[in-house]
Amino acid sequence: MVETLIPKPAPPAAFAAATPAGAPFIEIEDVSLFYGASQALKNISLKLQEKVVTAFIGPSGCGKSTLLRCLNRMNDLIDNVRIDGAIKIGGHNIYAPDVDVIELRKRVGMVFQKSNPFPKSIYENVAYGLRLHGVKAKSDLDSRIEECLRASALWDEVRDRLHSSALGLSGGQQQRLCIARAIAIKPEVILMDEPASALDPIATARIEDLILDLKKEFTIVIVTHNMQQAARISDQTAFFYIGELVEFGPTTKIFTNPAQKRTEDYVSGRFG
Amino acid sequence: MNTVTPPEYLPESSSDTTRFTRHFRAEKFDFWSFFFSGLTGLATLFILGILATILLNIIVNGWSAISWHFVSTIPKKDFFDASTTGVLPMIVGTAFRVIVMTIFVIPVGVITAIYLTEYAANTSLITRIIRAAVNNLAGVPSIVFGLFGLGFFINFVGKNLDKLLHNANAVWGQPALLWASLTLAVMTLPVVIVATEESLKAIPPGLREASLALGATKLETILKIVLPQALPGIMTGGILAVSRAAGEVAPILFTGVAYYMASLPGHLSDQFMDLGYHVFVLATQSPNIEQTRPILYATVLVLLLLTFALNIVAILIRARVRKKLRALG
Repeated sequence: MVETLIPKPAPPAAFAAATPAGAPFIEIEDVSLFYGASQALKNISLKLQEKVVTAFIGPSGCGKSTLLRCLNRMNDLIDNVRIDGAIKIGGHNIYAPDVDVIELRKRVGMVFQKSNPFPKSIYENVAYGLRLHGVKAKSDLDSRIEECLRASALWDEVRDRLHSSALGLSGGQQQRLCIARAIAIKPEVILMDEPASALDPIATARIEDLILDLKKEFTIVIVTHNMQQAARISDQTAFFYIGELVEFGPTTKIFTNPAQKRTEDYVSGRFG
Repeated sequence: MNTVTPPEYLPESSSDTTRFTRHFRAEKFDFWSFFFSGLTGLATLFILGILATILLNIIVNGWSAISWHFVSTIPKKDFFDASTTGVLPMIVGTAFRVIVMTIFVIPVGVITAIYLTEYAANTSLITRIIRAAVNNLAGVPSIVFGLFGLGFFINFVGKNLDKLLHNANAVWGQPALLWASLTLAVMTLPVVIVATEESLKAIPPGLREASLALGATKLETILKIVLPQALPGIMTGGILAVSRAAGEVAPILFTGVAYYMASLPGHLSDQFMDLGYHVFVLATQSPNIEQTRPILYATVLVLLLLTFALNIVAILIRARVRKKLRALG
């Protein structure tokens, strides 16, 4: 991925405070989330580094996906959700009243558990986000789309059928197309919600390679049920259990020498 | 050489297929299963029989009276006489009122359905009231729609338009093609709303999320992702509305249909002749029943064919849209 065609727009006030090297890029501060009366997240505090892969692990219902969806405010779409605390990305609270959610989502992209390409052509899938954000010229679109499909390791497989339906692709290809679509608009953060859970081992391996590759450009937060996957691809791991953050630290430490008994039981497969 | 013994569950000899299949047959004759499959089959046959009787009766009796002259002639005052009669103005009138109705009902119905599925909170009082209103609208007898059209469109909207635009001369304040079409549009609104809602609900939420996560606004998501996908379903609603409206007479009785017009309708404020109403006229007003009967049959057949043709056109367009969506989108 090279910054060629679209000059990156000057960051708006929301992201103006550039983070000094080494400082946390995403700061989750005492976040609690309620679905109506039931509490799904309990006072979570986490600091995530820039251009690092952070894995959220934990048994089903532990709140890891919920927390992920707080980071691009996808939870806004659900009725009856209340969020306390603050989440800062690049130093600015994304839940502040002056934040433009559209701009936020442009900067914090997302890849979903179930691959969800639009029922359009492969080309149009990637072009969609670009057009939304003002790329109109055909030559710009063409080269940007090629760039993203190359970055998502899909170009060689689809170059001859860019204008046929994305629904004709295999599950793994569809998911890589969704990644291409997400990176097309040059986000700073990519959220991945179990991106390989519906894929076979070979397709999973390709997605994992891709994630390691994307780490050079993007800050990645990935939710996964697959412990080996978290161990293979992430630099930092956060373990959640029933809405609480149990332990957070370097992945090697979490998997080899966890501080908490519950973490050890989970990563060694004793429960969950 | 070792002989491999086949497992026990396989037949000893592969040619002995009867032995093999016999195990899977019901051993005993099951009376109730036979009885109910027979009953459901008979019910289906009964429906088919009724439809076939109606259609065959009309085709057999009407076919001989249909001619190019019949469908292309504007009749003289005495349309009960087979030699001078024709149904051109009725075909034109019926087609026009259905097309004008479609132009009004599709946008209003689709926008209402979008509001209900995409914007309104499902549990809010307003949404529940709107849904109840839509359901009740579907249950109102069509003659009541006719009276509503007369009272609201002609006497209220039309008369006031005339006061504003035409010095109170009756232009819009009388039965007209526009008012009949609008009355039909109100009547078929629930059909379009329900069909559109169903097709909107059938779109996977993942597609909406994908679009929103790319920084699309809700409006962009609806216009660019949701609506194109819902188009075939919306068209199904349109087809149902057309089918219902084409044969309706009661709603247009007070709002636009004429017993006789010497010329084709040329303006939305003109009255028009209509196939369905003409069938009623032929059946009840003829001085010579025997002489009119073939014309009556032929008119009914033309009405059926017109409805059929309007449907076929809509279905073909929908098939094209579906094919395009599947191929590219």
